[in-house]
Amino acid sequence: MSAVDEKFREPTPDEIAEHKVYAEMGVSDGEYDLICDFMGRRPNYVEIGVFSVMWSEHCSYKNSRPILAKFPIDGPRVLVGPGEGAGVVDIGDGQAVVFKIESHNHPSAIEPFQGAATGVGGILRDIFSMGARPIGLLNSLRFGPIHRPEDRHNRYLFERVVEGIAGYGNCIGVPTVGGEIVFDESYNGNPLVNVMCVGLIDHDDIQKGVADGVGNPVFYVGPATGRDGIHGATFASEELTEESEAKRPAVQVGDPFKEKLVMEACLELIESGIVVGIQDMGAAGLTCSSAEMASKAGNGMELHLDRVPQRAAGMTPYEMMLSESQERMLFVVKPEHAEQAQAIFEKWDLPCVDVGSVTDDGRLRLMHHGEEVGDLPVRAIVDECPIYERAIEEPAYFREVQAADALSDPELKGEEALTGALETLLSAPTIASKRWVFEQFDYMVRTNTIQAPGGDAAVIAVTDSDKALAMTVDGNSRHVYLDPYEGGKAAVAEAARNLVCTGAEPLAVTDNLNYGNPEKPEVYWQLHRSATGMAEACEVLSTPVIGGNVSLYNEHTEGAIYPTPVIGMVGLIEHQKEMTRSGFVEAGDQVILVGETKPELGGSSLRAEVFGKRDGAPPKVDLEVESKMQQALLAAIRKGLVQSAHDCSDGGLAVAIAESAIAGGQGATLSATTELRGDHFLFSESASRVVISAKEEQVEELLAIFEDAGVMTQVLGAVGGDKLEMKVNGAAALNSQIEVLKDRWEGAIPSIMSRDH
Amino acid sequence: MKSAVLVFPGSNCDTDCVRAVEQVIEGDVDRVWHKDEDLSAYDFIVVPGGFSYGDYLRSGAIARFSPIVKSLEEAAAAGKTILGICNGFQILLEAGLLPGAMRVNQSLKFVCKPCKLRVEDGSTRFTTGYEKGEIIDIPVAHQEGNYYCDEAELRRLEDNGQVVFRYVDNPNGSVADIAGIRNKAGNVLGMMPHPERAVRDALGSSDGVRLFESVARYALDVQKEFA
Repeated sequence: MSAVDEKFREPTPDEIAEHKVYAEMGVSDGEYDLICDFMGRRPNYVEIGVFSVMWSEHCSYKNSRPILAKFPIDGPRVLVGPGEGAGVVDIGDGQAVVFKIESHNHPSAIEPFQGAATGVGGILRDIFSMGARPIGLLNSLRFGPIHRPEDRHNRYLFERVVEGIAGYGNCIGVPTVGGEIVFDESYNGNPLVNVMCVGLIDHDDIQKGVADGVGNPVFYVGPATGRDGIHGATFASEELTEESEAKRPAVQVGDPFKEKLVMEACLELIESGIVVGIQDMGAAGLTCSSAEMASKAGNGMELHLDRVPQRAAGMTPYEMMLSESQERMLFVVKPEHAEQAQAIFEKWDLPCVDVGSVTDDGRLRLMHHGEEVGDLPVRAIVDECPIYERAIEEPAYFREVQAADALSDPELKGEEALTGALETLLSAPTIASKRWVFEQFDYMVRTNTIQAPGGDAAVIAVTDSDKALAMTVDGNSRHVYLDPYEGGKAAVAEAARNLVCTGAEPLAVTDNLNYGNPEKPEVYWQLHRSATGMAEACEVLSTPVIGGNVSLYNEHTEGAIYPTPVIGMVGLIEHQKEMTRSGFVEAGDQVILVGETKPELGGSSLRAEVFGKRDGAPPKVDLEVESKMQQALLAAIRKGLVQSAHDCSDGGLAVAIAESAIAGGQGATLSATTELRGDHFLFSESASRVVISAKEEQVEELLAIFEDAGVMTQVLGAVGGDKLEMKVNGAAALNSQIEVLKDRWEGAIPSIMSRDH
Repeated sequence: MKSAVLVFPGSNCDTDCVRAVEQVIEGDVDRVWHKDEDLSAYDFIVVPGGFSYGDYLRSGAIARFSPIVKSLEEAAAAGKTILGICNGFQILLEAGLLPGAMRVNQSLKFVCKPCKLRVEDGSTRFTTGYEKGEIIDIPVAHQEGNYYCDEAELRRLEDNGQVVFRYVDNPNGSVADIAGIRNKAGNVLGMMPHPERAVRDALGSSDGVRLFESVARYALDVQKEFA
């Protein structure tokens, strides 16, 4: 113990009030007064600490709850909605899929390896604490630009975040199968690291985090509690500043090996059928897990903190309650099952300690060496945090960017200019192949990955079944910034479209809302508008939101990040033979553009990468059209009429075709007609479009399906050869060797990342 | 025949190996916990991949001291068929059942991808299902797969024909493109690539099936010989 620790004396309740010590913990004057009312006295140091983390945005959703209320959360397949560790959706035959997304943005900004690693650890615990076996991990990452020499710090963050995710996921043996990465100025100094985990469970095994049964013992399992991550939840709920570096101690350190043992032991415990309630210690550690479990059961809990395994000598109740040491779980069993539970953890060489019991008085009572050091009302901590309906104001930028004419850029004419633009887009880090990233992830372990990273969505087979689960994460934040409402709709629509392209029926959504400071009316406006759009899309596409995460205060000295809702979505493939890939399959297959191309270049990749402009109105999504298109495509895939399917998104039709050609290792000779300007047609990012290919003899039947659904199609030509050649309105537009396109697409990130070595 | 898949704390390919063995080889397959001490009932023992003990020291360096390793050594000496995959290969090296050591990949990064291997010997009990010189697809997934041995050892390996698999396009910098080696007696094979991940076309390759078939065929031949 250092001399500083020994000298530190906890402030008394009166000192906390007089010196406003609570303010340093992120508690406002009004909230402090309310806490005093609930307590009937001034809280002591550990008590105000408990309130501060539980009333942080991260744990209470005090700023975002009115926003989250917009989302549809029910559906015929939903077994568990928001509120538990993760949502659960029925997939038939007594099985269900469990999934959730979570952010670890702030920790990753100052300690990218551990920040990202512990993000993976946390989301895994959310899944296996439900009783589910984790079967896949995905991630959605945002960084500042990496391509210029001066972007060294962003390259460092990118490289270390990827290594952190790899280090954790690979070790624990859950395949990291998909994700998305965007590089943009708006994330300078505030990268985003969102991690999603998908698990599989039998209905009978679904667990809840409830402390039922007065008198039942409460067990702590996992490694000892240390002084790491203290006030992590509070730190996650404030803006990043120049001084944030000093908060490095708020970042936890991960131990994937320990987590692997905890996971196997907990799954074994759950399988034994003796668990009353179980929850992981994530944000706000022991505080959050104990209070939430007690609250959900309408009970109280008594904790004997001296029994908590401790990594350092002399830890105080305050430190133990607020530590976010990783890989820890809390569970409740009946007294007669205590020995059986302990034997399971002994087998795995894990500490499993009786730290308290369930009480009937609705109090969270903290004991330390026989002395009561804290006595708090459970309901107040968990459910009574004030909810803020923040002021909303349309930001000044909105009208400006909307007014910009996105069609005013000089026309790219002729084969050379258009092919050049395509190559520029393919080598832009956001669009370029992420092979450099996903080859660092073990995406094959568990031997169920039947569609590897790189396609529209990853697909994992369900063991001993003909079913498979498709999964994706998506969100175009530039579009959301330019029009939060349309961008919000588009994020959901694109995620669903990606799943449908693999032959899956979209089931449900987990969302991660990454925004700036909600106390700024312009930021709250972004949040409000985009959530409205997302909610509408979820409604129309029948994909309820079953859980998620909110990460606010994503600001750095340069301002707020782009509003970044990330949509995690899972879909069901009933028969594995129906799974479709994005690459062209056979020479002679016909290439078909499904959906209508409009002159929608606002916020497009073409404007950003070629003209350096990030304005204009982004594409609008007609949700009825989107829904009809997706249903028709899914019907066609299930009838075996579709050879390949690929979503048109960043970079529009030209990039989609090039990617299908690269993925299939085959070229195509195509010819399109359009009323639009050629470059607008090729690079517009209109929604509700996909590029598919089909056997020539099946084209007629296929087109009839889309026609019946009222969805536009255009047959573009045939797969074949080693070149991509395309005419638009009879004029040569694209002409390139597939090998050249592939080099641009696959070579971009490796060549940038080799720069500093 | 009876097969065993060892489980160390941190093993994570044990389930995959059990599935592959169940799919290809007739007979029982058991998971054997690292604290057990008896492998005498088994004809075929798989040491699976993963991160035993987190690989925090050197891959396989701690697992090598697990109680089960003593009986693994006895099984090796008794001529039982032993296959170490990835972390299992690293454990066999640490236990001295195979020569050499592993270094971190030349790229310093974890690498997971499909990989082409050349079968250098189609006559071992693990490879009779392949032709010598055949190119097969078996994926790799490791951070410490950069096999190393000194020149004298390499000469011995080459002279004895102990190099069983070589990378066509070396993913990790290993000496002489070595992907898998056997012991002198021929009953112990260690390989970095994962044959258990190449057992269904849906996974991208089913070339690993023939490795397990070879093991089963050998056991059957031995059985016939005794009968």
